[in-house]
Amino acid sequence: MTITVDGAPVTGARGQSIAGVLMADGRRDWRTTSVAARPRGLFCGIGVCFDCIVTVNDLADVRACLRRAQDGDVVTRQHHLLPGADA
Amino acid sequence: MRAPRDGTRHVVVVGAGPAGLSATRAAVQQGARVTLLDASHQTGGQYWRHRDTPTPTPAEQRLQHQWRVHEVLRDLARTHPRVELRTGAQVWAAEQHDDGPRLHVLVGDVDGHGRTHLSLAPHAVVLATGAHDRTLPFPGWDLPGVVTAGAAQALAKGDGVAVGRRVLVAGAGPFLLPVAATLAEVGATVVGVHEASRPAGLVRGWLPRPWRLAASPGKAVELAGYVAGHVRHRIPYRTGEAVVAAHGSDRVQAVTVARIDERWAPVPGSGRRVEVDAVCVSHGFTPRLEVAIALGASISSSRFVAVDGDQATSAENIYAAGELTGIGGVDAALAEGWVAGHVAAGGDRSDRSLRRAVSRRRASADVTSRIEAAHGIRPGWTAWLRDDTLVCRCEEVTVGRLRTAVEVTGSSDPVSVKLTSRAGLGICQGRVCGRVVSELLGSSSPMQARPVVTPVRLGDLAATPPFAAPGVPQAPGAAEPATAPAPAPLGPPGPPHSPDHDHARARAPHSATTERTHP
Ligand SMILES: Cc1cc2nc3c(=O)[nH]c(=O)nc-3n(C[C@H](O)[C@H](O)[C@H](O)COP(=O)(O)OP(=O)(O)OC[C@H]3O[C@@H](n4cnc5c(N)ncnc54)[C@H](O)[C@@H]3O)c2cc1C
Ligand code: FES
Repeated sequence: MTITVDGAPVTGARGQSIAGVLMADGRRDWRTTSVAARPRGLFCGIGVCFDCIVTVNDLADVRACLRRAQDGDVVTRQHHLLPGADA
Repeated sequence: MRAPRDGTRHVVVVGAGPAGLSATRAAVQQGARVTLLDASHQTGGQYWRHRDTPTPTPAEQRLQHQWRVHEVLRDLARTHPRVELRTGAQVWAAEQHDDGPRLHVLVGDVDGHGRTHLSLAPHAVVLATGAHDRTLPFPGWDLPGVVTAGAAQALAKGDGVAVGRRVLVAGAGPFLLPVAATLAEVGATVVGVHEASRPAGLVRGWLPRPWRLAASPGKAVELAGYVAGHVRHRIPYRTGEAVVAAHGSDRVQAVTVARIDERWAPVPGSGRRVEVDAVCVSHGFTPRLEVAIALGASISSSRFVAVDGDQATSAENIYAAGELTGIGGVDAALAEGWVAGHVAAGGDRSDRSLRRAVSRRRASADVTSRIEAAHGIRPGWTAWLRDDTLVCRCEEVTVGRLRTAVEVTGSSDPVSVKLTSRAGLGICQGRVCGRVVSELLGSSSPMQARPVVTPVRLGDLAATPPFAAPGVPQAPGAAEPATAPAPAPLGPPGPPHSPDHDHARARAPHSATTERTHP
């Protein structure tokens, strides 16, 4: 199973979550925060904290830890800057 | 009160972990029709989280305990004609009506577009939504690579992936042990397990009345297994220590581990730096209360759902079981679920078939109080915070900003401080920081009911059918026994075991216009 992450192909195993595929690929962050532009990735692992949200197939705010990866998913880094944010 | 055993009583179980699966079996055995919902795409909850492959590898099997119990309960949920199992089913809102509870559910890909709406109007609800890790903030806890212990466990069991190569596990509670064992199993080097409680506290919690612990055999054997595993993998286990800071620019590269005193305040000069690429922290669990609060169930002073001996909450026809009602581990969850499902389906607690569950529940309750006695959070931890430590991860609110908000508003009322600082107002709805913010403000004010249990997309709300299909008829066989509470018509025509696609009530609760926003 292969997904695209910010344009690059990343291979994962069937049944893995998007966070699982990203972590297995050595990535630790896939979002930039809105206020301080800091990197974020997995935190609670079970859909509670929303730290791991990412854009999947053009849809923002998908929890990577809960969403099962599907062959061909297009995953892009999420960075929604707040107006007036410092970065 | 006896309910008929003919499948006309409808019980909805929320959560397909050990408690919910056990409740499902009990309710079915008692003759009810059950809809079992879980937001994730599999059964098993946190305890039996697994890679969904037809044939688990030996390594995957080693990560599981009592797996056979899961298989039996799962197979019943999948195949029993009176059970409808729905995975990928998120309960996002719930309310009590004059004629009974209503649950609003979105079914489909997690956070996806075009999910299906379900609106259920059962006779009774069993809530088994479990818990999530509590993690106390420390400087650098927002760095990628710092995760909850539960996240490391979930990633290992569900994805077969280790959260890092050199991993440190810290916090408080017996849960740290299985997490370290699992990490070693999936190939990580666990550089240490650091338990905040000191030996005296551990003795106080675990040593009195050891024979009682023996009454809870599953857990004792499992814990013994971890100790053996630790020896085998040579993982150092230290008590009276905590991670007081994480370091790195864009991901964690090291942590400072310090000795802490009995109140959990760091001992000055005791800090030492440890190189890691991941750190897993858990200071116990906090229940997932949202649906329970929405349905009007009372919350105890220790912030669990309050239940009586029937596992009944204070809200009519709402039962609760598992970690939602107290942290007791899998044995407690199974026993409580059994009682909850049985009574929710109209059975009686004194029934012979319930004896085993009731006595197991008693044994497990003892484990719960031991965990709290040995590992409960002590107030000195706030000494490791700095002004620039994040409290609210979503809104990126620091300890300093929270203090300023208190000064500016001249109050430590959580509501006004939250509105001024924005702490707790982000996308996780205060789930992660809510208790910490209250604690820092010295407040014990109760959590607020939220009309929307889980953030949903505005588009999904707009797509909710606002009107009833013309003439929603009586569900087949839905004639109510005189003694049972009498919900309104149960849904459209269909096979007897179809779900209650009751679009007449699928209207979003009108306060639910919250758009899902970005942090
Ligand atoms: C991440 C994590 C990992 C854990 N791993 C272990 C372990 O390996 N060993 C151990 O002994 N203990 C573990 N625990 C402790 C664990 O909570 C209990 O042992 C056990 O799983 C509790 O069972 P339960 O049925 O009460 O809840 P859970 O197993 O947590 O099940 C609750 C279920 O409810 C579902 N749910 C919650 N809210 C909703 C909603 N609104 N709509 C639909 N579904 C919902 C969840 O998806 C979940 O599947 C873990 C806890 C966490 C948080
Ligand atoms: S890591 Fe917390 S929601 Fe995904």
